[in-house]
Amino acid sequence: MAEDIKVIVFKLGSEEYGIEVDKVQTIERMMPITRVPKTYAFIKGVINLRGVVIPVIDLRGRFGIQEAEHTDQTRVIIVNVNEMEVGFIVDSANDVIDLNRESIDTPPEVVGGIKAKYLDGVAKIGEDRLLIMLNLSEVLNKNEIVQLESLEG
Amino acid sequence: MDMNQYLSMFIDESNDHLQSLNESMMGLEANPEDISIVQVIFRSAHTLKGMAATMGFEDLASLTHQMENVLDLVRNNKLRMQDFIFDTLFKSLDALESMVQDITAGGEGKADVTAIVTALQAIVRGEIPAAGGAASAPAAAQSSAELQITLDEFQYSVLEQSLQEGHQVLYIDVAIRKDCQLKAVRAYMVFDLLERSGEVVKSFPSVQDIEQEKFDHSFSLYYITQKGADEMKSMIMNVSEIDTVTAVALDQESLAQMALEAAATAEAPAPEQEAQAAPAASVPAAPAGREENAAKAAPSRTGGAPSRTIRVDIERLDVLMNLFSELLIDRVRLEQLASEVQNSDLTETVEHMGRVSGDLQNIVMKLRMVPVDTVFNRFPRMVRDLAKSLDKKIDLIITGAETELDRTVIDEIGDPLVHLLRNAVDHGVESVQDRTASGKPETGTVNLRAFHSGNHVFIEIEDDGAGIKPQKILQSAIKKGIITQEQAAGYSDDEAIQLLFAPGFSTAEVISDVSGRGVGLDVVKSKITSLGGNVVVYSTPGKGTNFSVQLPLTLSIIAAMLVKIGSEKYAIPLSSIVETGIVKKTQIRTIHGTRMIEFRNSHIPLLSLSKFYSIPDFDESTEEETEIVVVRKGERMAALAVQDFIGQNEIVIKNLGKYLPEVQGISGATILGDGQVALIIDPNAFIK
Repeated sequence: MAEDIKVIVFKLGSEEYGIEVDKVQTIERMMPITRVPKTYAFIKGVINLRGVVIPVIDLRGRFGIQEAEHTDQTRVIIVNVNEMEVGFIVDSANDVIDLNRESIDTPPEVVGGIKAKYLDGVAKIGEDRLLIMLNLSEVLNKNEIVQLESLEG
Repeated sequence: MDMNQYLSMFIDESNDHLQSLNESMMGLEANPEDISIVQVIFRSAHTLKGMAATMGFEDLASLTHQMENVLDLVRNNKLRMQDFIFDTLFKSLDALESMVQDITAGGEGKADVTAIVTALQAIVRGEIPAAGGAASAPAAAQSSAELQITLDEFQYSVLEQSLQEGHQVLYIDVAIRKDCQLKAVRAYMVFDLLERSGEVVKSFPSVQDIEQEKFDHSFSLYYITQKGADEMKSMIMNVSEIDTVTAVALDQESLAQMALEAAATAEAPAPEQEAQAAPAASVPAAPAGREENAAKAAPSRTGGAPSRTIRVDIERLDVLMNLFSELLIDRVRLEQLASEVQNSDLTETVEHMGRVSGDLQNIVMKLRMVPVDTVFNRFPRMVRDLAKSLDKKIDLIITGAETELDRTVIDEIGDPLVHLLRNAVDHGVESVQDRTASGKPETGTVNLRAFHSGNHVFIEIEDDGAGIKPQKILQSAIKKGIITQEQAAGYSDDEAIQLLFAPGFSTAEVISDVSGRGVGLDVVKSKITSLGGNVVVYSTPGKGTNFSVQLPLTLSIIAAMLVKIGSEKYAIPLSSIVETGIVKKTQIRTIHGTRMIEFRNSHIPLLSLSKFYSIPDFDESTEEETEIVVVRKGERMAALAVQDFIGQNEIVIKNLGKYLPEVQGISGATILGDGQVALIIDPNAFIK
C-alpha cells in the first residue's frame, strides 16, 4: 500500500532520525530538568510540562553515543507511546516531511551505532539523505534496560 | 426509543437497589418478625422490576417478579420467613447481581434462572423443600381475621361494583380436615357449591393449584353472592371432611382500605423514585445501628428526608482536581511574587485569594471523599455466607461506616479488607464446639471499625476468637526458612506476630476454600503500604486478634517541608516529621560505623541525604553545624541531614510518569511555585 505518513525529523550527531508525527505530542526547547537520583544514567530527570511531570531521557545516552553539551538547537521531543509520556533530548529538530511507507527499507544490522531492533527501517529521501525511523516501543522497552544494566554491572 | 442514555442510570440505580435489598434482607434475617423491613424490601424489588421491564431486561424483571410474589405473602402474614426462604431469596439476589454485572459489561443481562424461579414458585405455593423440615408448615391462611389476598385493580372494581349493586362480598376461609385423603375433591365440592349460588372472584391458592392438590389443607377466596355470610358458612360446613369455615362480609369501607393498601405497594414509579433516595441516604448511618436495633433502623429509612444528590463522572472530578492543582501552584507563585514586590494592595489580594483557594481546596477534597460504607456494605452479606459455609455463628458489627476516605484509597482498599475479614472468620473465630468448650458465647463477634485520627483513617478488624500463639508463628517461620532458630530467640511476642505479614507465610494447617491459599497477608501488607498506609496486628491468645490498618486521608495534596540540599530541592511529608533542628559536629557520635545523635534520651541514626541521593554540590560533613529533620516510621526514628530549610507548603503529589521505574527513597514529585519540579522524599525508605 502506498500510504503517506508525516514524520518529524531530528538529529543526533550527523545522523537524521524520524518519528511518526502522531506519536509526538510536542517539541519543546531545553528547560530546567530536575535530576532523579538512583536511576539509569541516560534518564536525565523530570520536567514540568504544563503541570505534568514527565521523565526525560537523553537519546544519545540511550543509544550509547557520547553525550553532547546542550546548545540553542537542543530540543526535547515529548512522545506518547503505550500511554507513556517521555521526553527525548535530541541535538536539533527542525523538519517535518511526508514519507511513503514503501520507501522505508528493512534496516541493516547496525546503523550509526544503533542496534537494528530499535529501528523500524531506513528511508532514502532526496539524493543522499538517509532517514532512520525509530521503533519507539523498543526504545522505551524497560525489560531490555534491565539486561543492559546487568551487563554493565 | 434509544435506551443507551438511560443505561448507566439504570445500572447505578440497580446496584443501589440490590445493595439496599441485601442490607434489608440481612436486617430481616436478624429480625424475621419485622414486617416494616419486608415493606422496604418489597418496594426496592418492585422498583427494580419496573426499571428492568422498562429497559427490556426480561429475565431480570421476571426473577424480581417471583421474588416479589414471595415477599408479598410475607408482607401479608401469609408466609413466615424461614431459613430456606432466606437462602432462596439471597440466591435470587446473587442471580440479579450477576445479571446486572453482565449488563454493565455490555451483555444482555440474560441468565438461566429457572431453578431459582421454580424454588420461588414452590415457596409461593407453600411447599417446603424436603430438607427444610416438613413439620413447620407456613402460616398460610391461618390468620383468617386478616382479610388479605392481594387483588388486582380489576378484581377490586368488580367487588366494588357488586357491593354497589346490593350483592354481598364475602371473604371465606376454608380449612379441610388434616386427615382428609382427597382434599382436592373436597375443595372442588366447595367450589362447586359456591359457584351454584354466586361467583368466586379470586382464590388463594389459585383454582388450578387447588385442583392439582397444591395447597395445604386450607384456602381462602373472595366471593360475590346474594346470600348472607352465616348461610354460606353452614352450607360449606355441610360438605364432609371440612374442619373450619370462616366467612366475613366485606363492606365498601373495608374494601376501599384494602384497595389503598394495594395501591401503596404498587405505587407509580414516579413517587417511588423519590422514596428510594431516602433509604439510600440513610444507609451510611444505618448499618452501624442495625445489628443492635434493626427494628428502629428500618422505619428511619423509610421516613428520612431524601438528600439531594447528582451523579458526576469520576473523570470530571479528576479533571477538576488537576485544574485545582495547577491553581495551587500559581497561588504559591503569586505569594512569592507578592512578597518580593511589597505592594500592600497586591499582598492583600493575594492573601484573600489564598483564603478562597483554601476553602476551594477543602471542597474539592471533600468531593473526592467517599464514606467507607461503599466498601463496607458488601461485608455483612459476605460474612453471613462465609459463616454459614463454615458452620460458625458470627455477628459482624460495623462502626464508623460514615468515615470518609479519598476515592483513590477506597477503590484500592476493598480487596485487602476482604482478605482480612475472611481471615477473621476462617482462622479467627473458632467453631461453635470450641467456643462452648472454652466458655465463650456460641456466636462469635467480628468488629469492623473505621475512625479518624489525625491525618489518618484507621480501619480495624477485631475478632473474639482464639488469638494467635507467637510460639506457633515462630516455629512455622523457622520451618519455612523465613527466620533462623537464632533469630527466633531474639523475637518478642509482638514482633513474632508481625511475621504473619512476611512473604510466603501462611499458618493455616488445612488449606480451606476461604483463606490460606498461600498468597496471604504479605500481599495485603504490600497493597496497604503502596497506598501510603500501614497494617499491624495485635493478639491476645484466647481473647482474639485485631488487625489495624492505617491509611492516609488523601493521596493527592499533602503538607510538606521543603528543604534545600546543594542546588536541589526536596519535599518531606510533614506527617512523618517529628522535629527539625540543628546539631553541632561535636554531638555526632559514631557507633558501629553508623553516625548517631542523641534525641529525646535515645540514640537515632543520622543519615546523609546528599550521599544517599549522590547530590554533587553539598557535603554536610564539612559543616560545623548541620540542619536535621527527624522523621519517624511507627516507633522508629531517624535524622536526615539537609543544607537549609525553605519552609512549609501545601504540595500537590504527582507521580514520576509511567516510564520511570520505582525510585528508591522517592515517593513522587511536586511542582513548586517557580515551575520547577521537586522530588518528594519517602522517609520510610530510610528507616528499616
